[in-house]
Amino acid sequence: MAENPRIDIDHVAKLARLALTPEEKAVFGSQLGGILSRVEALGRVDVSGIEPSAHAAAVNNVWREDVARPGLPVADALRNAPAQRDHMVVVPKVVE
Amino acid sequence: MPVPLHFQTLAELADRLAKREISSLELTRAVISRTEAVEKSVRAFNSRDAADALAQAEASDARRAAGQSRGPLDGIPVGLKDVIAVKDQPLTASSRMLANFVSPYDGTVTTRLRRAGAVLWGRLNCDEFAMGSSTENSAFHPTSNPWDLTCVPGGSSGGSSAALAAGEAIATLGSDTGGSIRQPAALCGVVGLKPTYGLVSRFGLVAYASSLDQIGPMTRTVEDAAILLGAIAGHDERDSTSLRVEIPDYRAELAGRRGPWRIGIPREYFGAGLDPEVAAAVERAVEYYRGLGCEVRPVSLPHTEHCLDTYYIIATAEASSNLARYDGVRYGHRSTKAKDIVDLYFQSRAEGFGAEVKRRIILGTYVLSSGYYDAFYLRAQKVRTLIRRDFLDAFRGVDVLLTPTSPIPAFKLGEKTDPLAMYLCDIYTIGVNLAGLPAISVPCGFTGTGLPIGFQLIGRPLDESGLLAAAHAYDRVHAWGRKTPSL
Repeated sequence: MAENPRIDIDHVAKLARLALTPEEKAVFGSQLGGILSRVEALGRVDVSGIEPSAHAAAVNNVWREDVARPGLPVADALRNAPAQRDHMVVVPKVVE
Repeated sequence: MPVPLHFQTLAELADRLAKREISSLELTRAVISRTEAVEKSVRAFNSRDAADALAQAEASDARRAAGQSRGPLDGIPVGLKDVIAVKDQPLTASSRMLANFVSPYDGTVTTRLRRAGAVLWGRLNCDEFAMGSSTENSAFHPTSNPWDLTCVPGGSSGGSSAALAAGEAIATLGSDTGGSIRQPAALCGVVGLKPTYGLVSRFGLVAYASSLDQIGPMTRTVEDAAILLGAIAGHDERDSTSLRVEIPDYRAELAGRRGPWRIGIPREYFGAGLDPEVAAAVERAVEYYRGLGCEVRPVSLPHTEHCLDTYYIIATAEASSNLARYDGVRYGHRSTKAKDIVDLYFQSRAEGFGAEVKRRIILGTYVLSSGYYDAFYLRAQKVRTLIRRDFLDAFRGVDVLLTPTSPIPAFKLGEKTDPLAMYLCDIYTIGVNLAGLPAISVPCGFTGTGLPIGFQLIGRPLDESGLLAAAHAYDRVHAWGRKTPSL
């Protein structure tokens, strides 16, 4: 599979917030090049005048009554937090 | 020799429970001891809680003794793919990212199974975040095919199909985004149903590609699938894509609808890459339907060649968005090496995700990125419209479509290393997800070396009753799913 010159793997990995090793960059870059050369076949399909489908069966604007009701209790919501204090999730410093 | 409890069908066991010939405790014990005996070689489970299952079984027996049985599922051990939330049980999606996650709530299908009295049994292995076709992408361990332990069980719901085929559960739930219920069902010789998109709630399902994901039953017979579907289907206000439709008694409808059906054979599904033994077995199933008086006619789904490409754009785009939530902050794996909050995202995701998940996140991020959105994602959504239109056009002249489920029987563990080769496992199942249709894989024989083969029936949107009846017409006579492997 030829490497696709258009893929800037560093840029895409940054957008995805994903740290990749040099090996992963080489392998994924080459594999994605192969996959993208394949999916370029879609460019040959005549889609003029065709509406895109976000879902197979369009369901739009589903509303419920605007009434407060109990949600997940705080203890349950924080049950899987890697670090917590005073009913809050602890994270590294965000602002210098 | 009588069939051991752990290999009987849901319908048979429900009948025996109702007649008080057996208790749920007896049945659940049989399933647990079977699991202890074979799990070392099958490895279908990520975790299991025997004490919890036995307590559920006792509660079921107590209900029955009090004359308060909740129907055919009451007391039946049902296994759940480890992407479906069960309160207070682990939910890992077979990922290091969620290795220590415990569900704070029940998914809607879980709530409905509890309401029906089912004994929830085990967390079943799968490809990481349901991405794969062999269950080899599990971060924990591969699962073996009970018919040949050196082969894969299919995927991504390979733990669900293998556990069922090995007698480690009476029925299971899987999830299907591009074939992840039907393909492992075919490879393990059981029935697998992917319902119409929106029929079964996705609340409490770990999201992969939200516009394609559906939960569905995996069972030994089509009748069992009808029973289990009836328990989990129906509108749920906690899933905005859930359809407001009446749920019929699918099992009762099996008897009422006797065909003959007009069966369409899509010519694009019988081309290069189809294994000759699979083709022959599927052809014999077609002949059986012909013998029932069904009209069999060729049809064409002209955009079939574009299904795989369309799928890998839409599914990876949605996956890259859905999996953005795993950032090491509120739950899931958190790296201890991070310098600051942004680095925490990068490192936690790098450490928590496996190779296939990273590959799909990268591809999905790329096709959604500035400058490429129209060329890839928007175009794929338009082609999806054409793919759905192909199916709806075909259904003007026929009632169901019949195809192979998988182009090949189970392959060897470790055999497929190229991602594209793995993606080709799903070429006959992916179109159904893109079009949102119901489809079922029905076992239809074995290869010369003893590996199961399945055919797929595809139905009109929301015509699960017709689809199940057509599948039952074959299955009630052949019953390949009742065959059991020697383990």
